[in-house]
Amino acid sequence: MGKEKEYVTITIDDQEIQARPGEFIVDVARRHGIYIPVLCNLKGVKPAGSCRICTVLVNGRPMTSCTTPVADGMEITTRSPELEDFRRSVIEILFVEGNHFCPACEKSGNCELQALAYRFEIMVPRYPYQFPHREIDASWPLLLKDHNRCVLCKRCIRTIFDKEGHPIFAFRNRGHELEITIDPEYGKNMTDEMARQAAENCPVGALLYRKKHGFEIPIGKRKYDKEPIGSDVEKRKKEKVS
Amino acid sequence: MPKKITIEPVTRVEGHGKVTIHMDDEGNVVQTRLHIVEFRGFERFVLGRPYWEAPVLVQRLCGICPVSHHLAAAKAIDMIVGAGNGDGLTPTAEKMRRLMHYGQIFQSHTLHFFHLASPDLLFGIDADPAVRNIIGVAMENRDLAVQGVMMRKFGQEIILATAGKKIHGTGAIPGGINKNLSIEERDRFLDGKAFPNIDQMIDWSLGALEFFKDYHKKNKDLIDNFAAFPSSHLSLVRKDGALDLYHGVLRAVDAEGKVILHDIDYREYLDYIAEEVRSWSYMKFPYLKKYGKKHGWYRVGPLARLNTADFIPSPLAQKEFEEFRAYNHGKPSNSSMHMHWARLIEILHAAEVMKELLHDPDLQKDDLVVTGTRQEEGIGLLEAPRGTLFHHYRVNEHDQITMCNLIVSTTNNNEPMNRAVAEVAHQYLAGQEKITEGMLNAVEVAIRAYDPCLSCATHALGKMPLEITLFNSKGEKIDQLRN
Repeated sequence: MGKEKEYVTITIDDQEIQARPGEFIVDVARRHGIYIPVLCNLKGVKPAGSCRICTVLVNGRPMTSCTTPVADGMEITTRSPELEDFRRSVIEILFVEGNHFCPACEKSGNCELQALAYRFEIMVPRYPYQFPHREIDASWPLLLKDHNRCVLCKRCIRTIFDKEGHPIFAFRNRGHELEITIDPEYGKNMTDEMARQAAENCPVGALLYRKKHGFEIPIGKRKYDKEPIGSDVEKRKKEKVS
Repeated sequence: MPKKITIEPVTRVEGHGKVTIHMDDEGNVVQTRLHIVEFRGFERFVLGRPYWEAPVLVQRLCGICPVSHHLAAAKAIDMIVGAGNGDGLTPTAEKMRRLMHYGQIFQSHTLHFFHLASPDLLFGIDADPAVRNIIGVAMENRDLAVQGVMMRKFGQEIILATAGKKIHGTGAIPGGINKNLSIEERDRFLDGKAFPNIDQMIDWSLGALEFFKDYHKKNKDLIDNFAAFPSSHLSLVRKDGALDLYHGVLRAVDAEGKVILHDIDYREYLDYIAEEVRSWSYMKFPYLKKYGKKHGWYRVGPLARLNTADFIPSPLAQKEFEEFRAYNHGKPSNSSMHMHWARLIEILHAAEVMKELLHDPDLQKDDLVVTGTRQEEGIGLLEAPRGTLFHHYRVNEHDQITMCNLIVSTTNNNEPMNRAVAEVAHQYLAGQEKITEGMLNAVEVAIRAYDPCLSCATHALGKMPLEITLFNSKGEKIDQLRN
């Protein structure tokens, strides 16, 4: 057997690209200025593949680009009418499955779910609203949990740990009752910085940092006021893989 | 034969309402009612939400004057975060909010006078409804229509610059404001490049007043006596008695001008004001406790404000105010149609206030928010375009709202509007064998004078989608007429 290749050659949307073996498709695409929409994925964090919005076609088969490592000779399609409709349908499902009332949400303008809906020009979801009855957990002093808006992306579970490495957040319950919870023991170790970071990592308005409110950023200066989500990737100058 | 006349919906008002008029065998009017047929429920579904959402959430009550709800809620929440009782903000925050509010008053009053009310004045109450609308105004008096559109735009641009959006912005936050006014934003209102500037707004406001006063001279009976009835009047006034639409103390005067509520701190409103529920309307009937349900009702809005205030703190509007008061011999005006006059004086005042604020360097400063000792209860009042607006919240130790009470401006005018309908029904319909569209519009004109905001905006322009149902004395339907 010969030495493992330093890089592999793939094509993304007919563009030949060289990438390091083991890199995830979404990261390679991002680096080359090709935007694949994501919601549960967070750069630099172990992927979960839970939202499915990043689905692409790999050699004709649908696969989540955030969890699929590149392999030599892969032919990847990130855009097609079918893929766009699939992604749109996932976003619509997320909207109808929770209670997402953007007008009064402080994350509005900084919310990735809302930004995706704008990008995909979703006016009305094709599915019926579920209007689930969900509570707000306001019992933690630094962080407010609004389950109405949670999309179960696990970003908080995957990124926020106490000093001993214990996860502050966890899932509880099953099926349609699944929800994030703050560990009653480890949650006591939550610092101000952890709470702030958890709220920042949350793609929607499900985790709210209680000391600084979203409305303090005026309209016009919020993250997605100026450009649609993904614009930063699309503007990126393609880097040459070394 | 007894008749029941239903006017549904009432047109050229904000929201949905209907009027029923019952007449007996002799054609006498025996009962009139203005029914408000929507149910909003904001007081209920704001419960459990974090308090800082309130100013952004409750403003969705309305698309015409959301700024009023935004600011009244913000004033209440200011108390909760310990930022004083409506007067404890930084100069920049308070002045930005005032600019937002007066921009709102300017655009809302303009919308009402030019778009909703002027067709009745230009063409007459009984004119052809195909002409008696804003399109008719544009065809008949292009300048007036254009001014109306551009004045409303100016107010909306002020709201955009202060709240971030023309409708449903987020400018006011607990304890202050989230932005100041940049020099570039300010200059748009002064240089006249993007749209006519503030000086033009003042000129057009004066022009609209002249238009009305000229009309008044030619139609004295209509303006002075149509739907006129004695009542008390309530509003906020500044502590020194000046007209102030953003903050003040509560004052009420009776029909003769005697002060019956003496400049009370509005946080004590529950000691003085109660609300009655009647089975046929979703809108409550507020009244002054001291005078009971029967006699304690009062009017709010532009007319009430000019009846309670001692003076207007801007020179041009003060001159008009003096003329208005002199015409009424120094006493309160009890004529519903004088509401238009008062509204136009307020448009002029709002323009003058905006001009003063736009030249104030405090608006470019960066000290935007104050906080203090957290409280559990907050009450915020202000004078919305349509009258005194009450917001009252309680929050728990987890920052969640546990109680919300809103007395919306139009609610205060519930009884007066019903009285106005009764007056006009007796005046125009009693004893008539044939009920014409013009007669029914007279009922609407009386309601329209109050510029009621029955809920979120409804835009039923032009020909009234009227339905008239005739009942016999047994309540059986004998005929139905639709136009």
